[in-house]
Amino acid sequence: MANRLGIGKGFQHEGQNTKTNVGEPERVVSVVAGSALALFGLSRGKLPGLALTLLGSEAIRRGVTGHCYIYDAVGANTATTGLSDQVSVPHDAGIRVDKSITINRSAEDLYRFWRNFENLPHFMDHLKEVKVQDNTHSHWVAKGPLDSSIEWNAEIINEKPGELIGWRSMDGASVPNAGSVQFKPAPGNRGTEVTVSLKYDPPAGKIGAAVAKLFGEEPDQQISQDLRRFKQVMEAGEVPTTQGQSVGRKV
Amino acid sequence: MKALCFNGTNDVRIETVPDPKILNSRDAILKITTTAICGSDLHLYDGFIPMVKPGDILGHEFMGEVVEVGKDVHNLNVGERVVIPFTIACGRCFYCEHDMWSLCDNSNPNAETAEAMYGYSGSGLFGYSHIYGGYAGGQAEYVRVPFADVGHQKVPDHLTDEQVLFLSDIFPTGYMAAENCNIKPGDTVAVWGCGPVGQFAIKSAYLQGAERVIAIDRFPDRLRLAERFGGAETIDYSDEHVVERLKDMTSGRGPDSVIDAVGMEAHGYTPDAIYDRVMQAPRMITDRAHALRQAIQACRKGGTVSIPGVYGGIVDKLNMGAAFGKGLTFKMGQTHVHKYMQPLLDHIKLGDIDPSFIISHRLPLEDAPEAYKMFKAKKDGCTKVVLKPGMTRQPESEDTHAYAAAR
Repeated sequence: MANRLGIGKGFQHEGQNTKTNVGEPERVVSVVAGSALALFGLSRGKLPGLALTLLGSEAIRRGVTGHCYIYDAVGANTATTGLSDQVSVPHDAGIRVDKSITINRSAEDLYRFWRNFENLPHFMDHLKEVKVQDNTHSHWVAKGPLDSSIEWNAEIINEKPGELIGWRSMDGASVPNAGSVQFKPAPGNRGTEVTVSLKYDPPAGKIGAAVAKLFGEEPDQQISQDLRRFKQVMEAGEVPTTQGQSVGRKV
Repeated sequence: MKALCFNGTNDVRIETVPDPKILNSRDAILKITTTAICGSDLHLYDGFIPMVKPGDILGHEFMGEVVEVGKDVHNLNVGERVVIPFTIACGRCFYCEHDMWSLCDNSNPNAETAEAMYGYSGSGLFGYSHIYGGYAGGQAEYVRVPFADVGHQKVPDHLTDEQVLFLSDIFPTGYMAAENCNIKPGDTVAVWGCGPVGQFAIKSAYLQGAERVIAIDRFPDRLRLAERFGGAETIDYSDEHVVERLKDMTSGRGPDSVIDAVGMEAHGYTPDAIYDRVMQAPRMITDRAHALRQAIQACRKGGTVSIPGVYGGIVDKLNMGAAFGKGLTFKMGQTHVHKYMQPLLDHIKLGDIDPSFIISHRLPLEDAPEAYKMFKAKKDGCTKVVLKPGMTRQPESEDTHAYAAAR
C-alpha cells in the first residue's frame, strides 16, 4: 500500500517506543563506559556510589539494547536509517499526517487540478508558491518560522493519471518531505475520496513539531484545513469568507 | 451605512458601520428595501445562542435591490428586485445537489467550530452567530450576499415587498415543517406556538391536505390569528391540560403529527417547564424543551414529530421512552429555503396565501432596538415587525390600530 501511494517504505514501521535509536559506535561506547562507571560506583559504596552504579547500569542497558529513553524524549536518533532511493524522509524520523475528504467532483478533475502543483498554494496555507520546472520537477516555497521562507526542489516519483500522485523533496532540502495524494470514486455517486499523506522531518525532530504546535501550525489540523479549502475551491469555486465584511464597533 | 448590531444580551443598537464590499466572485451587494425581525432573533437577543459577538449585524429575513455583483454572478443584474434565503449555500456540494441546502458543505467559514459542537457543520446563515459562519445580517441598509447566483429569488413587480419578504425564512420554514409531517388525507396536525412560523405551518398544513389543524399558545391575539387567518382550532395552554385536550378532540387517537414551532425557549406551567427555567438560568442546560416534551407526549402512535423551532444545544429530561414506545418519527433542522422559494412564490402569485397577514408592525430601521423589546414582550399584539430603511417615523403607528381592529 505504501508503495502504491508512492512514498516507499518510509511510511511503515512507526510508533514502537522500544525501537533502536542509538547508533552502533555509540552503543559500544555506552557499554564500555557504563561498565567502568558501574564498577567505580561499586568500589565507592554508600549513596553516591550506588547512584553511579545505577547510571552505569543504564548506560550498559542502553548499549546492549540500542534504545535510549532520553533520545526518545527529545526525538533524537543516531541509529542508521537505511535510506532507500524511494524515501526522502527516514522511516523512523519525522512526522506523518494522513487525511481524507470527499469531494463532489470527478477523480479526473481533481487529479488534473492537483497535478499542476502551481495550484497547491490556492488551498495549502503553508505554501507561498510552487513553480513547475518540467514534467516531474518543481520548486516549492513555504512559510517558515518568523516570516522566513523554506525552499526546496521536489520531484514526482510515482504517478497514475486520474488516480494518484507521489512526490518527495530532492537532496539538500532543509526540511526533507514527501507526499502523496490518491483519488478514488466514492460509493453511490458521492464524488471522489481524496486521501493525502504527507511526511516531513522538521529540523529539531519532534521538538520542532511541538514548538510549531505552540504557534498553531499543528500539522494534522493544518492538512484538514487545507483539504477543506481544496474541496471548497473545487466544489464552490471559492473559499467562503467574512474577512472584510461590515461589522459594528467591538465593545 | 446604518445597521442593527448586537452589543450583549438584551442590548442591540443602531450603529454606523462600513458599507459591505464584494469579497468573493459569487457575491452580490443588496440595498435593503424591507427586512424583518424573526422569532429566532430573540434567541440571540436573549443570549441563548453561543458565539454572538458585540458588533455582529443581525437579521436574516430581508429583500432588496441588487446594487453590485461579483464577476462570477451571471444571472443577476443591477437594479433587480430579489428575496434572499437566510441559509447560505454553494449549490454544488452533495447536500445542495440533493436539495438539502441548509446542510451545505462549503458555506460556513467557521466549520471547525460547528464540527466541534455538532460533529459536522451545517450551512452558513446570515446574522446568526459565529457557529453558523458569523456572516453580517440584513437588518441594515445594505448587505453582502455570498453565493448570490444560487441564493436569490427574483420577484415580480406586481407583488409588494410585504407579500414576498417571508419567502426568506418563515413561510418556507412553516411549509417545510408541514411537509416533514408527511400529511395524509384525514390527518390532524397539532402545532405548538402561534408565532409567525406556527401561523405559516398552520396555513401550509391545510395547503398540504390536512383535515384539521389544532394550534396551541397562550396569547389570545395569536390564538385568534390562528383561528381567523389560519382556520385552526385552538387550545390555550394556560388554562387547559394540552395532552388530555388533544386526546379528547381526536376521540382518543391523538394528532397524527405534531409541530414544535416554539424551540429552545419554551414557556409552560408544568413542573418540567419550571425545572428548565431553573436549570437554564445558570446555563446548566442550554435549551428549554417544554413544548417538545408535550408534543412527544401528545403525538399518536407511529406519528411524526416535526421541529422547525430552533434548538442550540443540550436538552434535559426528554422522554425518549415515549418516543420509542410509540414508534415516533422525528424530522427537524434549518429550512432548505432555496428548495421552497419558487414553489411558494407560485402559491403567492396564485393567491393561495398572502403572507403579509402576519405583519403587526411596520417601522423604520432606526426603531429596531425598541421593536426587539416589544417583540420579546409580545406587547401591542406584536406578532411580526417589518423594518424599512429610510422610512419616515410615524407619530403613532396606524398599522397597529388597524391590525388590532381587524381581529
